[in-house]
Amino acid sequence: MSPELGHFALALACAFAFAQTILPLIGAQRRDRRLMTMAPGLALGQVIALGASFLCLIDAAISDDFSVANILENSAVTKPLLYKITGVWGNHEGSILLWALILGLCGAAVAAFGRNLPAALRARVLAVLGGVAAGFELFCLTTSDPFDRVWPAPLDGQGMNPLLQDPGLAFHPPILYTGYVGFAVPFAFAIAALIEGRVDAAWGRWVRPWAVAAWAFLTCGIALGSWWSYYVLGWGGYWFWDPVENASLIPWLSGTALMHSAIVVEKREALKIWTVLLAIATFSFSLSGTFLVRSGILNSVHAFANDPARGIFILGLLGLVIGGSLALFAWRAPSLTAGGLFSPVSREGLLVLNNILLCSICAVVLTGTMYPPFMSLLFGKTISVGKPFFDAATIPLAIPLFAFMGFGPMLPWKRAQMWPVLRRLWIAALATLLAFAVATWSLSGVLPILCATGAVWVIATSATDIANRVALFRIPLGQSFNRARFLPRAAFGAALAHAGVGVSALGLAAMSQAQHKIVEVPVGQTESLAGYDWTLAGVKTEPGPNYTALVGTIEVRHNGHLVTVMHPSKRSFNAQNQTTTEVSIHTNGFSDLYGVIGDKHGDDAHPTYVLRLHYNPLAPWMWLGALIMAFGGALSLSDRRMRVGAPRRAPAPNTVAAE
Amino acid sequence: MKRKTRRLWLVIACVAGLGAAAGLTLSAFSSNIVFFMTPSQVAAKAPPADRTIRLGGMVVAGSVHRERHGETPVNSFEVTDGQAAVTVQFEGILPDLFREGQSVVAVGSMTTDGGFAASEVLAKHDETYMPKEVAEELQKSGKWDPKFGPPPNAASWNAMTAKDAKTSSRGS
Repeated sequence: MSPELGHFALALACAFAFAQTILPLIGAQRRDRRLMTMAPGLALGQVIALGASFLCLIDAAISDDFSVANILENSAVTKPLLYKITGVWGNHEGSILLWALILGLCGAAVAAFGRNLPAALRARVLAVLGGVAAGFELFCLTTSDPFDRVWPAPLDGQGMNPLLQDPGLAFHPPILYTGYVGFAVPFAFAIAALIEGRVDAAWGRWVRPWAVAAWAFLTCGIALGSWWSYYVLGWGGYWFWDPVENASLIPWLSGTALMHSAIVVEKREALKIWTVLLAIATFSFSLSGTFLVRSGILNSVHAFANDPARGIFILGLLGLVIGGSLALFAWRAPSLTAGGLFSPVSREGLLVLNNILLCSICAVVLTGTMYPPFMSLLFGKTISVGKPFFDAATIPLAIPLFAFMGFGPMLPWKRAQMWPVLRRLWIAALATLLAFAVATWSLSGVLPILCATGAVWVIATSATDIANRVALFRIPLGQSFNRARFLPRAAFGAALAHAGVGVSALGLAAMSQAQHKIVEVPVGQTESLAGYDWTLAGVKTEPGPNYTALVGTIEVRHNGHLVTVMHPSKRSFNAQNQTTTEVSIHTNGFSDLYGVIGDKHGDDAHPTYVLRLHYNPLAPWMWLGALIMAFGGALSLSDRRMRVGAPRRAPAPNTVAAE
Repeated sequence: MKRKTRRLWLVIACVAGLGAAAGLTLSAFSSNIVFFMTPSQVAAKAPPADRTIRLGGMVVAGSVHRERHGETPVNSFEVTDGQAAVTVQFEGILPDLFREGQSVVAVGSMTTDGGFAASEVLAKHDETYMPKEVAEELQKSGKWDPKFGPPPNAASWNAMTAKDAKTSSRGS
């Protein structure tokens, strides 16, 4: 029963979404208040229907309703409850429903928080969000119905890949999707602004919090995914430059650029057209990322052959959203008036540089990701590009970015002198020089050394920025503290987010020096790696709920002192004829000791075991930095100025009428 | 600052940024592209030893051997596409999903004695799925058509399509 209700609710949501697109658009065009004010109600109705539909699917999963094809293929009676729930979005159909639900929630949030928006703008923004939602709900209903029934219903499901039964992966998709989908709101604002033919400071102020929120979620989502692959896959790696990973990095890069260029729109009313274009591009990357790469269409030409309806629907929808918005941009952008002037050396100038560098990195990653599938489609050549390509092409662009990041926030708007700013940065410059010396001594390779130096520069200048703002050591400490209390939270947020980039970059630079060793040893033997002595103290077999595990005990000593005892294991799942590796990680905050146990060899009297031992310096910093970045974003969002203050639009002196 | 000067600055900055990006991309492409090859392509024309390639095919049943060089475990196995086979040497732990008779992709380079030294072995897929490069090559050589079910056991290939398979030098 409940799957049919869910199906009906989904159809209802789709109907709401279509109404939410058409009625407010007509209303805004005709200045009909009745039609315009319908938008928030329709958005609310849509999200309630979607929520009901999603709950029905979760209900079917919890109650083991194997007559639903989706549950049958991805669940089993023995699966733990948590994974029955999270497994709902672990597959194609369920993840599209989750995607639509998050988009619906964004719409409802705009309806709820957007009370002070002009009626026409709010109606148009909600209409655009409704239009995107309608497309994807229709896609879900026609080609990827999560409520499809099977008859006769089998007694048990086919189960989930044991690799995916992990808390990290369970919460990775919702967070990542919130990031992707969140960029739909700046996109909707951009489209609405193009229809209205008007972008001003107030527009920048409305768009910015949405971009920051989506960016913070995307940052967390990417970090969580990377952390998952680090501790689950057992390869000791954290980022594989895989198309799926790049699909999240590309919108992150352009979203970061968007977040910064929106500041210029808000403060100086410049870069308007560029910001609108970035908003469109970021959401287009999010969309193509989720749907082209995740559905495997770009990875495999055969995905079309397997399910042509799905592929063509997705391509059509992407073409409509991306092509339509770019066409609208080409038609309407010239009517947007150019903004304020600034000199190249000014805060705006540096933000422009930030945008150019971020977009260049974004273009490089995009090229590296798209080139192999296009080569295979057009010329039938199978090639791949991996870490060496991306390292060589992106890091040289990231280093000037770090350099400019340092003093950008300290430059005044409009016109600046370099010298007074640089003079305030001498402590940071000294720290950076010291870091360069240390890095040259301890790291090998030009890029890691430059990367580490840049990272220290970014952290040091972020600290200097805050110290300068509170006039630390120039006035009594108590007064500095008072100043800090009244400093806008956005200033702290920005400094923190920048410092977070530095922390992550330090982790990445240090990880280039990671050491590992693969050995085959009998019990009792000691190996040395990175100054630690690793002893395989024992191995035993332990039964688990649906697997048997080979558990090793590795004692790690440093200069004779026991540092840690690790228990890596290897689980064999008999049902799926599959094995998984359970890594054991010991971290002290500055480095990770990482142990993996492999197969047993030799005869039973003299067994030997394959061990893989890793020493990963500063590994935790990579994810810590991402968390600091996201926290910085959240702190900026909590700034009162983000919510109140300017959201009232000044009367337009010479707006180009939309009609 | 006049609007024109400002625009000039912007254009210069954009050109510099994108130019650097394009230059870096091209130079990185020229040295870091990894081609996918099948054992028969390697047999026909072996790539130079300093070039990283991805070698894909099926692991020949019964060909997996393990040795210990000192304390380092060395795995050797043969990869075939039904027409030729290449012996792969790999130091380290084979991935969890590595099986005889199933598809595999090995990343590495050729050695001077005609073998293949793998730095990485990928077998990320379950028994019903194979990497698309391997599937394409198998279909091209007429060894397998996905319409007729899962891929055949690697050991049986040469016998199975005897009419178009050239006798391989080392395939089982």
